[in-house]
Amino acid sequence: MAAELTMTLEVFRYHPETDAGPRFQAFEVPYDEDWVVLDAINWIKDHVDGSLTHRWSCRMGVCGSCGMMVNGEPKLTCAAFLKDYFPRPIKVEPLVNFPVERDLVVSMDGFMEKLQAVKPYIIRDDVDDTSGGEYLQSPAELARYKQYSMCINCMLCYAACPVAGHEDEFLGPAALALGHRYNKDSRDRGQAERLDVMLVGEAIWGCTFVGECTVVCPKHVDPAGAIQQAKAVGAQEFFKRFVMPKGTGA
Amino acid sequence: MAHGTTHEHDVVIVGGGGAGLRASIAIAQENPGFSVACVSKVYPMRSHTVTAEGGAAAKIKPNDSLEDHIYDTISGADWLADQDAVEYFVNQAPSEMIQLEHWGCPWSREPDGSVAVRPFGGMKIERTWFAADKTGFHMLHSLFQTTLKYGNIVRYDEHFATRLLIDGNGRCRGCAAIELRTGSVRAILGKAVIICTGGAGRVFPFTTNGSIKTGDGMAMAYRAGVALKDMEFIQYHPTGLPGTGILITEASRGEGGILVNKDGHRYLQDYELGEALDVSDPRHPQKRAMELGPRDRLSQCFIKEMWAGRTIETKDGHVVHLDLRHLGAAKIDRKIPFVRELSRNYAGIDPVHKPIPVRPVVHYVMGGIDVDSDSATSVPGLYAAGECACVSINGANRLGSNSLTELLVFGAQAGRHAARFAMDNPDYDVSDLEAQAEAEGARIRRAWFDASRRDGERIVALRSELHDAMEEGAGIYRDAESLQAACETVADLRDRYRNVVLDDRTNSFNTELTAALELGSLLDVAEAMAHSAIRRTESRGSHQRLDHAERNDDDFLAHSLAYRQPDGSPPRIEYGPVTITKWPPGARTYGAGSGLKKKPTGQAT
Repeated sequence: MAAELTMTLEVFRYHPETDAGPRFQAFEVPYDEDWVVLDAINWIKDHVDGSLTHRWSCRMGVCGSCGMMVNGEPKLTCAAFLKDYFPRPIKVEPLVNFPVERDLVVSMDGFMEKLQAVKPYIIRDDVDDTSGGEYLQSPAELARYKQYSMCINCMLCYAACPVAGHEDEFLGPAALALGHRYNKDSRDRGQAERLDVMLVGEAIWGCTFVGECTVVCPKHVDPAGAIQQAKAVGAQEFFKRFVMPKGTGA
Repeated sequence: MAHGTTHEHDVVIVGGGGAGLRASIAIAQENPGFSVACVSKVYPMRSHTVTAEGGAAAKIKPNDSLEDHIYDTISGADWLADQDAVEYFVNQAPSEMIQLEHWGCPWSREPDGSVAVRPFGGMKIERTWFAADKTGFHMLHSLFQTTLKYGNIVRYDEHFATRLLIDGNGRCRGCAAIELRTGSVRAILGKAVIICTGGAGRVFPFTTNGSIKTGDGMAMAYRAGVALKDMEFIQYHPTGLPGTGILITEASRGEGGILVNKDGHRYLQDYELGEALDVSDPRHPQKRAMELGPRDRLSQCFIKEMWAGRTIETKDGHVVHLDLRHLGAAKIDRKIPFVRELSRNYAGIDPVHKPIPVRPVVHYVMGGIDVDSDSATSVPGLYAAGECACVSINGANRLGSNSLTELLVFGAQAGRHAARFAMDNPDYDVSDLEAQAEAEGARIRRAWFDASRRDGERIVALRSELHDAMEEGAGIYRDAESLQAACETVADLRDRYRNVVLDDRTNSFNTELTAALELGSLLDVAEAMAHSAIRRTESRGSHQRLDHAERNDDDFLAHSLAYRQPDGSPPRIEYGPVTITKWPPGARTYGAGSGLKKKPTGQAT
């Protein structure tokens, strides 16, 4: 019988209580062509080193927990198969552009604040009154925002974005796409409120349209497109609000 | 494990999935002066509600009736559901679903702009609302995003609740929870508490459930003296991908997919599930028949086919084929695109061109924390809703697409009742509860970080043995012998749990510690499941006993209630009545014309 195949995972380690700085640790893991990178990380935690720390849950690409850098690219580790890297070693790191909490776990504080900032909910007066039945929305109206509602908040787009890492004011791809999703929803009346947030400082204007967010999105959302569309709306609004103040318009 | 701080609120909700978020909104919206704590071991949008695919049932179309939804649910439950609870559920379902529509859920639509519905298993008519095949994802994100509107919902993300805090008058007043970031144990206090922590599919090795579904809330209530009800009823979904257990939604059959054995035969027709109409017949797929039979029956048929040698053997076990090819690429991409994505990524096949290999997989726990029709437990001030709770509307077998609606209806209801309790019972002794939380922190530290605790077993060793014992002993078909073996193994594992040692004895983000605590939850829940199952010497719904093949209404038209014994001896099993209002127990039939044919009797029994 042939020896069991293995491969090497080089894993980023950092523990704030015990480590002065980050380091890499190599682990030999069994190679199984059905395994994803997350399976290998779980195998290490179960069998070799219980202190290895990461987040995961659904392992089917929808909960958004297990995003990491795999050989330098932001990936959902539940959807990154070992067979696509074998037999070369795989380097696993926490998502870049976020503070590291421990090992492969990053802080989500800033991201959660940005999500909340864009007011990602239906804004209209009768929203809690169900007596009139459902709001009608045609399939075409649904299609106008549907793809922007597919974001799983995995934050890969922030790891891919050259602006998100250094410009705190920039709301970033996922949050802006979400704000745009509600602006495009025929049931919503809150666009003006959202633009109040999105047009401030670098909130949206920070985007330099590199488009990497759209490239890495595992759910085929197009945050770059959303940002461009939102900027166009914003530019008109900006013009109306600041360049042509009330009363001076033709 | 530093001593944490104390946080006071009006209502504390443990769990941030569909039920917990709906409860949070109900309280925040109706009581603007209230502060609601939402405590979750993960960020809410990671909760397992996110993976639900097919849809959520509620009567909305004029050709449907509340009565049919009630009857389908009760007969689907093999008459173990409480009919007053089912009536409440079905009556509330439409307005709850419309509310979620108003909150932005992107429901799939008809050309006229009204919400679209699709057929689902065991339902007489199309009544399942859907957002393509990511219904749970969209519901969860719509609810979570809506909570962001309310300044009085205070989230405790990544806080792992370990213990309920009960005051000197026996009222539940909060929980002790580990803040994962720091490892400190906090006392999160409120005048009432709602548990919304979901199911416990991770008791089994092969499950659709994510890693977080470890029954923590069930175990927490069980330890506080609340009964776990009907825990022998565990749903196997008939169509999971082999190997991973990833769910292929029932909507794939609602849209017309068929199940065939190794000979290409639609074997369900051999098991009293109706006639196999040709897929080109306009009457296909027939409701309450064949591929749209209930999940328990379909999973049982698979096992019988396997025993008869008519399944397909693969390296990941036996499978049958779910064939969607006749639907065509356009319909698959429009109605069930996630099925195509999952099949391609995780089974390596494109369902447009090839049938999908599937086998039954543990999906849902019908049982749970014993609550009454107000979502209240036996501990004053403690409520539960969602999969962790057992009202029961699901009885011995839940119908697909009732559970997402259940999160809304009973999440909201539990929220309202808990808020009322909080208003009526405002005063408690903070220092007593703080002391309990401090003692809990000390207990955890002593149990897991003590220097003397060396050279024991790894978590994975016990978890694997638990998995084997439950799969072999308490699977789709059970008998006294297999269940006795499961009970014994679980008892042995509970003893050995004390010998588990951790590599990690640090504070910050210690997920090995939480995995150990989750293992403790799994063992408690497994104990209740195995002992409830061995005592029920009949077959009903998802609980099939090879040694007691018939339903026995004389002795077992009753809810089992498992009470944990603090001395570690096996749980005490009692039985409580099932509420029957208008629908007396009858034969459970599927196939052509099997729905409610005549009006209910109107007689209470």
